[in-house]
Amino acid sequence: MANDIAAFFDGESDKALAAEGVRFHISRFWEPRMRREIIAHVQKGGAGLSATARSGIEKLAPVA
Amino acid sequence: MHAKDYHDLGTPAAGGESVTLQIDGATVTVPAGTSIMRAAALADRDVPKLCATDTLRHFGSCRVCLVEIEGRRGFPASCTTEVAAGMKVRTQSEALTNLRRGVLELYVSEHPVGSCPDSSRCELEHLAEEHGIGESRFAGAKTARSHTHKPVDHSNPYFRFDNDLCIVCSRCVRACEETQGTYALTIQGRGLDSSVAASQDQPFLESECVSCGACVEACPTGALMEKSVIAAAALPQQAVATTCAYCGVGCSLIAEVTDGAVSRMVPNRNGRANQGHACVKGRFAYGYATHQDRVTKPLIRKSITDEWREVSWDEAIGYAASEFKRIQARYGRDSIGGITSSRCTNEETFLVQKLVRAAFGTNNVDTCARVCHSPTGYGLKHTLGESAGTQEFVSVQHADVIMVIGASPTEAHPVFASQMKRRLRNGARLIVVDPRAIPLVKSAHVEADFHLRLLPGTNVAIINALAHVVVTEGLVKEDYVAARCEKDSFEKWKKFVADPVNSPEAVEAISGVKAEVIRGAARLYASGPNSAIYYGLGVTEHSQGSTMVMGIANLAMATGNLGREGVGVSPLRGQNNVQGSCDMGSFPHEFAGYRHVSDDATRALFESMWKVHLQNEPGLRIPNMFEAALDGSFKGMYIQGEDLAQSDPNTSHVTAALSSLECLVIQDIFHNETAKFAHVFLPGSSFLEKDGTFTNAERRISRVRKVIEPLAGLADWEVTVRLSNALGYPMNYSHPAEIMAEIAALTPTFTGVTYEKIDQLGSIQWPCNDKAPVGTPTMHVGQFVRGKGKFYVTAYVPTSERTSSKYPLLLTTGRILSQYNVGAQTRRTSNVAWHSEDRLEIHPHDAEARGIDHGDWVGVTSRAGDTVLRVEITDRVAPGVVYTTFHFPESGANLITTENSDWATNCPEYKVTAVQVVKVAQPAAWQMRRQAALPASPRKRRREETTIGD
Repeated sequence: MANDIAAFFDGESDKALAAEGVRFHISRFWEPRMRREIIAHVQKGGAGLSATARSGIEKLAPVA
Repeated sequence: MHAKDYHDLGTPAAGGESVTLQIDGATVTVPAGTSIMRAAALADRDVPKLCATDTLRHFGSCRVCLVEIEGRRGFPASCTTEVAAGMKVRTQSEALTNLRRGVLELYVSEHPVGSCPDSSRCELEHLAEEHGIGESRFAGAKTARSHTHKPVDHSNPYFRFDNDLCIVCSRCVRACEETQGTYALTIQGRGLDSSVAASQDQPFLESECVSCGACVEACPTGALMEKSVIAAAALPQQAVATTCAYCGVGCSLIAEVTDGAVSRMVPNRNGRANQGHACVKGRFAYGYATHQDRVTKPLIRKSITDEWREVSWDEAIGYAASEFKRIQARYGRDSIGGITSSRCTNEETFLVQKLVRAAFGTNNVDTCARVCHSPTGYGLKHTLGESAGTQEFVSVQHADVIMVIGASPTEAHPVFASQMKRRLRNGARLIVVDPRAIPLVKSAHVEADFHLRLLPGTNVAIINALAHVVVTEGLVKEDYVAARCEKDSFEKWKKFVADPVNSPEAVEAISGVKAEVIRGAARLYASGPNSAIYYGLGVTEHSQGSTMVMGIANLAMATGNLGREGVGVSPLRGQNNVQGSCDMGSFPHEFAGYRHVSDDATRALFESMWKVHLQNEPGLRIPNMFEAALDGSFKGMYIQGEDLAQSDPNTSHVTAALSSLECLVIQDIFHNETAKFAHVFLPGSSFLEKDGTFTNAERRISRVRKVIEPLAGLADWEVTVRLSNALGYPMNYSHPAEIMAEIAALTPTFTGVTYEKIDQLGSIQWPCNDKAPVGTPTMHVGQFVRGKGKFYVTAYVPTSERTSSKYPLLLTTGRILSQYNVGAQTRRTSNVAWHSEDRLEIHPHDAEARGIDHGDWVGVTSRAGDTVLRVEITDRVAPGVVYTTFHFPESGANLITTENSDWATNCPEYKVTAVQVVKVAQPAAWQMRRQAALPASPRKRRREETTIGD
């Protein structure tokens, strides 16, 4: 799903904006435990994530 | 036969400048173009009539409505004669009476007084009595009329046609043409041989008749009459205006009550959404509300393998509350959640989400819009600023070009489709974008100029190609875009869409639609001058559903087709209150009015009113709830009025999740697939049993009024209140109007909404507040809700669901007219006469390649599962595409749909599933078991036990 979100924002030529789009979307719509899990996945290497997805998730605020 | 106490004005309203005339000495002022008949009726000087009725154009055949006009010779028909300034009309005179008596006597010779089951409801017999006509001097004279020898047609389950009572006034034929647009009826023969015929003189049920009931309502005698009215054998004592509980058109209906039971539903002529029309479902299929399958007693059980036990309301509510508390204590606050119903009222939906947020203390609330129009909310909010359609239905009468994308309005929104067809017959052009040749592509007096018959899953490629034509051929409305849209986003989008990868020529290979068809459609849409887009779940239920909605908004903005009548972007919402349930804050990330839970000011407002701390993080969506249930962190659910186990995709996954819950509380009117996994069953109430409001696809808030007392003793909102109180969060309302007052206090788009104002205006389209005190028919007038419209780059990303040698066909799904959604209501009505099972539509080429004949059983297999359906061979679908409906649980349509979903909203990709189809000998074993055994219910078991004991 994170890759699908990133695929939409990859229409943005500015990669920083694309990553921000991913970050914003996930922070607005993903429940905290889902965000916690994806952040943990990225911290363990983020296997399977696209570059944009990874960049956006790395910008997510930590979840308590 | 009209609704009780309806005053038929004879001919439709006109809209010209005021004209003043005299009628029987009284001064009357009406718009120019009004008929004398209508003007006289408005002045309470009704002129007798038989072939005229105010939903149909004048016909002038019966010769009963004659009047005298000073200075004019003869006795003109008042229905065909327009008023003129200074005109002096007499509606009564000796000469007129003699003429009317003569005509009526001729009619009575064919339809004797006393023939009708109820003379008081027969306009002819009523007029005969008024004019002192008992027997006709011409009765018994030999005639060659064949129609009086025809047997009564009882084929339609809801009404019968008795030729003996027909006076061949043609009202029914004209109603079928003008109101419904089906043209199923005609007058065959000439002179005394004239008779009404359905299609090729077939029984109604076998004809093209869609059973909308327009002919029945138009009929001035008892020739066409509802069987329920005949059975009632008495006049209704009560008539209650309410709103239909089927689709998102939200027809206003009058429920007539005879001896405590609903004897008839009649379209409300004052209904702004439906303009006095209805369909087979709303008009006739209300019997489910009192069906014997209704669950009327609360039920509980410890385990889903136990038998249900009938208990009191207090015990059931107490058990549910104690279980939810236990689960939260053990697994955490967020281990439970709720689903609001798109069938229940705004007030009830508001209370369920309030219960979840305030009593449960979590934002784990969602709604069935998740699986249908959640991409609409996302896409239109981002581009235009509001999560709703932009127009009211009557706006279509001002459209010059109509584009229908991923919808079949004649099947899913039939009353609106009738309005659309009227506009198309009057000259509007039509573009259809759909994998199927939906009926709208070619039907009576309607034909699409362009049918973009695309492959499922290629919507975004097509919308980009349409936009490519607009941008590269100089069809952008530059002034409009400059004034109303963000410059930067427009320039970025323009550059993107102009890329050759988005050209029709490039997209042809992807979509299967020829480039010249795409170009023609784009040029037609852009040329308007008023072009309107209507779309349905064929847009949203895709992995790029939200992207497609944004693409539609982009196209509308670029061509200047937003912000006035006759244009717009109109999502055809499927359910009676799915718009309302979204408006009421049923999404896990938004409060009522589409404001994010993280917005501190909004949250503070709710906390202040609700006197409780609220979470500021989004909760779980329905698919996430299933995932969390399977991983053991989500253990309890309260589901009101939704059958997730039938309606959600990938049934095996859903049922596995539901099975893992420790407490599933269902609130519904029937046992259903989801109830098989429930621990508490709270009997719900139908729309006839409660007060409240629904909001239709036009954002129109209409009243739902109680007609009968709740069969289970409580309306749905009262159940939620009790549950909340049992959980320790007090709720105290004495009437749904108080809930609406709370909604209005908390929601800026609803601040002006009150029950009094709804009663006064008939209905209100939100926003309704200080800026728009009587509501907002057309959105984004002058500027968009977000200020400037924003364009979004909508790159086509193919779905991961692809055909292969193993699954070479693409399955898409939809609805049929006579059934509704999962069929919980319509399967329990006589609508099964038209559609008693879901069938798989397959193209003749694909069928032949597989040795399949019409009516064969076929196995349909996807990577998610398999099921068996009976086949219908048709070229409505293209080669490589198959189609089915999902109204019957036995069909198992969602056993084969997958977990793919929209990237933004998780709306399931129901419309694209790769399948293989092979001929089989019989249904699957589980289907045969199901067909052999009715759903387990205490009522059924009691019947069986009684029978066994007899």
